[in-house]
Amino acid sequence: MFPRPIQSQSAAAQATYCAMLPLALILWLAPLIAVAVFSIKPDVDFSSGNYWGMPSTFAGAENYGKVFFESDMPRYLMNSVLITVPTVIGAVALSCMTGFALGVYKFRGNLWIFFMFVAGNFVPFQILMVPVRDLTLNMGLYNTKLGLVLFHVAFQTGFCTLFMRNFIRALPFELIEAARVEGVAEWRIFWFVVLPLMKPAIAALSVLIFTFIWNDYFWAVVLTQGAESQPVTAGITSFNAQYRAAYHLMSAGSIVAALPPVAMFFLMQRHFIAGLTLGAVK
Amino acid sequence: MTDTAPPSIAARRLNGQALAPWLFLAPGVLFFLFYVVFPIFQSFNLSFYRWDGLGAAEFVGFGNYRELMTDRAFEVSMWNNLKWLVLYLLAIPAGLFIALFLNQTVAGIRIYKSLFFFPFVISQVVVGLVFTWFYDPTFGLLNTMLGWVGAGPINVLGDPTLATYGIIAAGLWPQIAYCMILYLTGLNAVDPEQVEAARLDGAKGWRMLWYVIVPQLRPATFIAFVVTIIGALRSFDLISIMTNGGPFGSTRVLSFYMFEKALSEYGFRMGYGAAIAVVLFLIMLVFIGYFLWTMWRQERGR
Repeated sequence: MFPRPIQSQSAAAQATYCAMLPLALILWLAPLIAVAVFSIKPDVDFSSGNYWGMPSTFAGAENYGKVFFESDMPRYLMNSVLITVPTVIGAVALSCMTGFALGVYKFRGNLWIFFMFVAGNFVPFQILMVPVRDLTLNMGLYNTKLGLVLFHVAFQTGFCTLFMRNFIRALPFELIEAARVEGVAEWRIFWFVVLPLMKPAIAALSVLIFTFIWNDYFWAVVLTQGAESQPVTAGITSFNAQYRAAYHLMSAGSIVAALPPVAMFFLMQRHFIAGLTLGAVK
Repeated sequence: MTDTAPPSIAARRLNGQALAPWLFLAPGVLFFLFYVVFPIFQSFNLSFYRWDGLGAAEFVGFGNYRELMTDRAFEVSMWNNLKWLVLYLLAIPAGLFIALFLNQTVAGIRIYKSLFFFPFVISQVVVGLVFTWFYDPTFGLLNTMLGWVGAGPINVLGDPTLATYGIIAAGLWPQIAYCMILYLTGLNAVDPEQVEAARLDGAKGWRMLWYVIVPQLRPATFIAFVVTIIGALRSFDLISIMTNGGPFGSTRVLSFYMFEKALSEYGFRMGYGAAIAVVLFLIMLVFIGYFLWTMWRQERGR
């Protein structure tokens, strides 16, 4: 245990530590707390210059009501869901198979294919931008959710394969050997032996990819435009243009846009952190 | 393997085992080749052309690269990329110190850890908006706080010398959170016996941290290094949201400049954009090569 457990130190040190924790947290999250406070302030507070005082009245319901009922926000949110969920399913499904192939079989080129996925996952988006935009245009998928989903699935397969392959490598190989001795067909080994053991990896990857895709902005701007297909990250800029200088509404909108991955994180925290920190421990 | 099975079945099984991996790989690999690998080569090819995205492309050889050499905006972008790379790495020690601060077992510490991690989960777009308001010269929290101590006001994002640093600070916020969570996990796995033994030998504080703890955190440090470098070179969202490259183009980085050139409102310059992307890719390739080399050594070590 490092640093030395606080319990083994003086009572004064313990009290100081416990007092410092909330203080440090408030400082750390200050920019965010400010936005949260903004989002429940009424309009008049901003025109009267009451930026940092207490809200004169609680206007949270009104502000968030406007976001949900008088703007395109619900459409953007819906688009985000329709882009994110299929991507998660597609990328996880593909990488279960690629991860299985690279983790279980020994064949020539195994490591090369693996490294192709790893390297591809690290390339800058800009090197793909023009050709992928062109490809999407030519397939008639520009400005559609499907166009965005297809690209996201392909790109995320890189990271997911890295993850799945390393996870499968750590499974007990004897299980697969035993199944082979029994004469079980390879695809049945995949489906009935390995897949059930991969549940924790599937859960971890799903939350991670959900967050990555929900928060994507670059590809949303490159491959879509307009409220019919843009996800919420891109939509928030049009939302802000619509409510220019209406800080209470812009704050409420930002919080709504940020919320789904946050909720996902708090609900699936254990999986999320397991996913992010895979490999951080030997 | 069973010796009793007739050779024909054994052969078929062997065949199955030789064919199976390729069947499992096919959909993922084809998809990846189509959307990721081929486009890289297409971009390389395109960087030798002049193309507005609509008409016919005109071959210009190294023309785009020659133009880059004298392009002031490109030079500014390169310097800013360097600033991002160097300053972004501060996320690693900062994350380590927050992790050390939180690595205790008191009531409610789990909630604190989650809340400290919070900024990483939020989209960069929202982080950008939040920090734009934080820096706002008339009502932003930063200037309000500076006012308490009698300093300011400063217009961080409106000042060409400060703006890039302001954006990097915003980017560090989620990145520190990420490094913190990596180190918290790493610290969990630190061998308590080694720590005790070092304590008996009189090691404490900084020496303990540097000679006993940090070496054991190597895997976490490696991942933190990888994700931070990639994050620094991928910076786009924050710049686009916070300054859109301004003021006077002073906050451009390669990734943003490329986007601006290729899809600018003053006409598309796809070939020139592709040339910028190739430069960015080659910079990244140095790091990718290093990462792969490290991974390859680990694979060998198994």
